[in-house]
Amino acid sequence: PRAPLRSAASAPPLYDVVVSGGGMVGSAMAAVLGHDIHFHDKKIALLEAGPRKDYDHLPDSYSNRVSSISPGSATLLSSCGAWDHVCSLRLKPFRRMQVWDACSEAMIVFEKDDLDDMGYIVENDVIMSALTKQLDAVADRVEVFYRSKAVGYTWPLPSHSCDTSPWVQVELADGRRLQTKLLIGADGHNSVVRKEAEIQNIEHQYDQSAVVATLHLSEATDNNVAWQRFLPTGPIALLPLSDTASSLVWSTSHDHASELLAMDEESFVDSINSAFWSNINHSDFIDTAGAMFRSAISLLKPSGTAVRQLPPSVAKVDPESRATFPLGMGHATEYVQHRVALIGDAAHRVHPLAGQGVNLGFGDIACLAHHLSAAAFNGSDLGSLKHLLKFETERQRHNVSLIAATDVLKRLYSTTLAPLVLLRTWGLQATNALPPVKVRI
Amino acid sequence: QLSLFRFTMKRPFSTSHSSVDSKEMKKFQLLAHKWWDEEGEYAALHSMNDIRVPFIRDTLLSMSSNYHLGNPLSGIKILDVGCGGGLLSEPLGRLGASVTGIDPVEDNIRTADRHKSFDLVLAKRIQYKSSSLEEIVEESMETFDVIVASEVVEHVADLEMFIKCCSQVLKPDGSLFITTINKTQLSYVLGIVVAEKIMGIVPEGTHEWEKFVPPEELEHLLESSGFSVKTVNGMLYNPLSGSWSWTESTSLNYAVHAVKAGARAHATDIPPETDIQQHSATAGTA
Repeated sequence: PRAPLRSAASAPPLYDVVVSGGGMVGSAMAAVLGHDIHFHDKKIALLEAGPRKDYDHLPDSYSNRVSSISPGSATLLSSCGAWDHVCSLRLKPFRRMQVWDACSEAMIVFEKDDLDDMGYIVENDVIMSALTKQLDAVADRVEVFYRSKAVGYTWPLPSHSCDTSPWVQVELADGRRLQTKLLIGADGHNSVVRKEAEIQNIEHQYDQSAVVATLHLSEATDNNVAWQRFLPTGPIALLPLSDTASSLVWSTSHDHASELLAMDEESFVDSINSAFWSNINHSDFIDTAGAMFRSAISLLKPSGTAVRQLPPSVAKVDPESRATFPLGMGHATEYVQHRVALIGDAAHRVHPLAGQGVNLGFGDIACLAHHLSAAAFNGSDLGSLKHLLKFETERQRHNVSLIAATDVLKRLYSTTLAPLVLLRTWGLQATNALPPVKVRI
Repeated sequence: QLSLFRFTMKRPFSTSHSSVDSKEMKKFQLLAHKWWDEEGEYAALHSMNDIRVPFIRDTLLSMSSNYHLGNPLSGIKILDVGCGGGLLSEPLGRLGASVTGIDPVEDNIRTADRHKSFDLVLAKRIQYKSSSLEEIVEESMETFDVIVASEVVEHVADLEMFIKCCSQVLKPDGSLFITTINKTQLSYVLGIVVAEKIMGIVPEGTHEWEKFVPPEELEHLLESSGFSVKTVNGMLYNPLSGSWSWTESTSLNYAVHAVKAGARAHATDIPPETDIQQHSATAGTA
């Protein structure tokens, strides 16, 4: 629907930027813009459908929703002052990632040469707590609307005729209206902004659900390795939370996920340990072929095979911490339109096996904020496609290859067929031996 | 009596001797409603903002010691001569300046007023007036910190008078920014034949090669009107990418930054009032 004629004086309040969606990505977008020097005198609104949560009192037990935060994302959170808060709350750096196959001995180890942190495992609630604090700090520029679900958007004509409003009109559930020069959709993989803007979304539901839980290890250890094993049913990952606790992300079939949730705690723990330790899926053929390949590599590149560390074993699971959610993949064909931009899951949804989901969103924010900051310093119209297209090009180039690769990996590893297992076995071992490829990942 | 006669001839306030060319006005009238279509006839002017706004902004920032966060041009009074639909006035207003935009074509002013009206904050910072430069001189002596005449001097009838008027409404030490087109064989081929007739980058008939101004001539006129030319930069339009960039050569488009002499220096024109008094005094005693 098109915006009606209305005199400026009686019009709804006009914002420079409205961010729809107050999750980690939406909140970070608003916080980063709010802290940008060229947005000092601008008006930003953040719309969140839910109530304001009290993040001031973190429970002692860990939340079951955690994210793997890359160093790049940590830098972005630093730029708006949020990373300091995260560090003062709690987080777990990890130095190493060990990824291996359930059907063979093939393994790949990721480690930074300088023994720096590869990434951080942080509870989503901790990130939200930090971002909420930083939004409060710029409350004169950023207005957060809680319990404010946006129910309708009205788009302006691109080169508007003089009579109609050039701004995006936003209608909230309680009837209030806002106008904005730029609408940023950070409203998740079922994005209303994307749907109302009629942006096509390529999506695919995986026949998998992720099971999450908070686990306690059998013994305290230098828990600074992230573990992932590719089972035929899907990858199981153990992400360190502390020296005695780890977070589980187990992607598996819907049926198996329901079973895991229903079984008693002891059986659940046994399933996890067996998933990491059992060699039931190995076949002699694959093992021999794999071993031969490894010897070949070690002749060519002596340092090409890494020391295999053993994953920790799990002793118990936090009661009430088991949960499951369905998995899917999605990619919007366009990230931007006149006066609209999509970021985070609204633009792209990815399988958790790469631990990239929220990092892609933070990457979107860094790129969009860079272009918007430059546009503001040039006195440009913030909703102009000129700079929005630059953001889209940069991010699509980056995201599409990663999303495609993740999807391919997911499919490649969802099988026990010998030829494919051999392919990925050798592939994994070769990748492990090749530094340039590993560094890129 | 001879001196009084001379005085009348020199007077720049008469509207019958104006720097506005009525033929030029007609050309722009036809396209008055096309200003704000970023992909339309004025696309090249829209993308010119990507270099002319930073040029103006950074030059002014380097000359001042105040910096207002988020409003780098706060407190600066700018006159945008030949503002058209407000394409340059609006970004300058967004950066915090108080902008007065003048244009002889009423339809342009109407378009500009309408376009700014939807943003109340911006609307307060910009005032548009349908007027020629000469018409505002009397009420605006030494009023502005900055004058911007972008893509204008190649359309005026009397360039020397235009520059003198600029000097009159500019405060001492004030800045004058001009962007225009050089008069060269290259600018004929690319600026008129290719840009207008072949590629349609500029609406046909917009420019007349005869009126293009070589930078040497512009510099000479500026210096003899009490300006000190600080910067001359070549500009280049890439029709494939639709974007402008700075370049060494001024054979096509170029930008100039000049500064009006400060309060202590003598202006080259003696103000007419002094002339009358002297001559009346003389006449009285004759």
